[in-house]
Amino acid sequence: MSIRRRIVTVVAAFAAFAIAVMIWAPTVGSTPISLARAFDRSIPWDDNVDAQIFFVARLPRVLAGGLVGATLAAAGVVLQALLRNPLATPFTLGVSAGASLGAMLAVTMRLEMTVLGITSIPLASFAGSLVATAIVYALASSQRRGLSTNVLLLAGVTLNAFFSALILFVQYLADFAEALRAIRWMMGGLDVASYFPIIAALPFVLISFVAFAMMTRTLNLLSVGTEAAAARGVEIVRAQRLAFMSASLATGAAVSLGGPIGFIGIIVPHLVRLIVGSDHRIVLPASALFGAAFLVLCDLAARTLMSPIEIPVGVVTALIGGPFFLWLLVKRS
Amino acid sequence: MCALLWADNVSFRYAAGAPLVVDGVTVRLTDGALAGILGPNGSGKTTLLRLLSGTRRPTSGRVLLGERPLDQLSRREAARQIAVVPQETELAFEYRAIEIVLMGRHPHLGVFTVEGPDDIRIAQEALAATGTSHVAERMFHELSGGEKQRVVIAAALAQIGHGNSSSVPAVPSVPSVALLDEPTASLDLGYQLEISSLLLRLNQEQGVTMAISTHDLNLAASICRELILMRDGRVLAAGPTADVLTPDNVRRLYDVEADVQINSETGHMTVVPVRLAAPKRIREGGRILK
Repeated sequence: MSIRRRIVTVVAAFAAFAIAVMIWAPTVGSTPISLARAFDRSIPWDDNVDAQIFFVARLPRVLAGGLVGATLAAAGVVLQALLRNPLATPFTLGVSAGASLGAMLAVTMRLEMTVLGITSIPLASFAGSLVATAIVYALASSQRRGLSTNVLLLAGVTLNAFFSALILFVQYLADFAEALRAIRWMMGGLDVASYFPIIAALPFVLISFVAFAMMTRTLNLLSVGTEAAAARGVEIVRAQRLAFMSASLATGAAVSLGGPIGFIGIIVPHLVRLIVGSDHRIVLPASALFGAAFLVLCDLAARTLMSPIEIPVGVVTALIGGPFFLWLLVKRS
Repeated sequence: MCALLWADNVSFRYAAGAPLVVDGVTVRLTDGALAGILGPNGSGKTTLLRLLSGTRRPTSGRVLLGERPLDQLSRREAARQIAVVPQETELAFEYRAIEIVLMGRHPHLGVFTVEGPDDIRIAQEALAATGTSHVAERMFHELSGGEKQRVVIAAALAQIGHGNSSSVPAVPSVPSVALLDEPTASLDLGYQLEISSLLLRLNQEQGVTMAISTHDLNLAASICRELILMRDGRVLAAGPTADVLTPDNVRRLYDVEADVQINSETGHMTVVPVRLAAPKRIREGGRILK
């Protein structure tokens, strides 16, 4: 099979799975609905309860899950290749800590502004992610000679710790209701209630995905070695900068939409690599598609397992993801 | 004869204010050359290879590929003609050997282009030329040290388009160079011999121009037709192997008294270290005090 055929076939299989999950997921819930009825255009909208539940109540949430899952998984793939470290996550470089601090501040300072239908918490968390990205980038590129991935990693880890301390400090000063609200945000949640937040996050994610698509073969070369990649025609500094910036932007947008949902960015790429190998031309799109399906399924579990109580989706991904990941680790070694 | 790759009085420092790692070096690689670069640790061999490959730009002086200054070529353009074999290859993720070799085709492909039948043929021929066709589908990290190094050499061959496995010398469309950084450093004696005979064969049968940095004097003596001796970033001596590899030069290079003779069995020169030379010069912090 030619390389192109293999890429297309594998990615198409993952796409089919993701689409199937995203069509099926909205039909499941406290009120069972029929897909046929939901898509039946002969029934007037006002009378079609199934369509209302499907399109208004559940589809935005599923699409948000798909977008966030795809983004976090893809950003994980990019950062793992950039840092040449399979344990890197989209949150390793401080983006999520910045976003969380932003959200925390928005809650405690009672920022009540709305831009184009987007409320203050996602706005503040996106701003926080950009600030964190800028700080880490400035630190890592201060040595004039390109981007040091070591400094990148250290700066990210340190910034994570520093921001976490700030979050705890702000939380300590906040009143009970505010603190609880912020903590709930940090557990992650996809209950977006409308299509607006998805549409707002979409441009940033799309720009990043265009950058991702352009760098897949470069990520392969970086995985083999930085010097080797340079000798094979990769403009290292430019490639590293593009990878870092696009992954951070995408992660910031995803986190502002769904909160810092953990584990997706590390489990999904690993699982996909086990199935398809390490060629990023397959790993990257397959991880995005599988990440979308995985998060939608986790969210489905979150809203149905203990219905009518909802489990925070970040808790579900960690509860499923943690043991699964450990099992994988033990089995492989 | 016109130089294929020519470093013209190049100097390099890694950061402003840092000492020169390469200091006014002129090196000419003619088409079809097989040159060895010898020198103690820290003499600037690896840096010189980086300047020659264009992955680092000289602080002063210039590198020419044929007629063109290397810094006027894009990284991709340069990489189509100059391949590098690094000392060791540490993968962050697991790839099959054939995938590693196909990565050599990177500078020939557009951003969204996928390797076509020609690229696959070139990769397969490169594997055949290095005797690694049988491990093509195996995971790279499971290969032996010698197999790994041969696969990486195959990737370099695929990169510069030398894939022809027939005994007829391939005529590449553009002249090209392979730069090898201590290709045998981490290998045992058997693999060392295997790699050195492979390099000699690639040079003689396929006309691959090569520069090899190495600590192994006997490897250099056995396959290289010319040698460049480097110490403290400068060229100590350069020329045909028989002229350059003298006891006197070995002493100046390593501060070691050596016995240099033609081995009757192999027909090439062998170097036997005898003792450390009288410490006329004392190394201190990388600088030489007289």
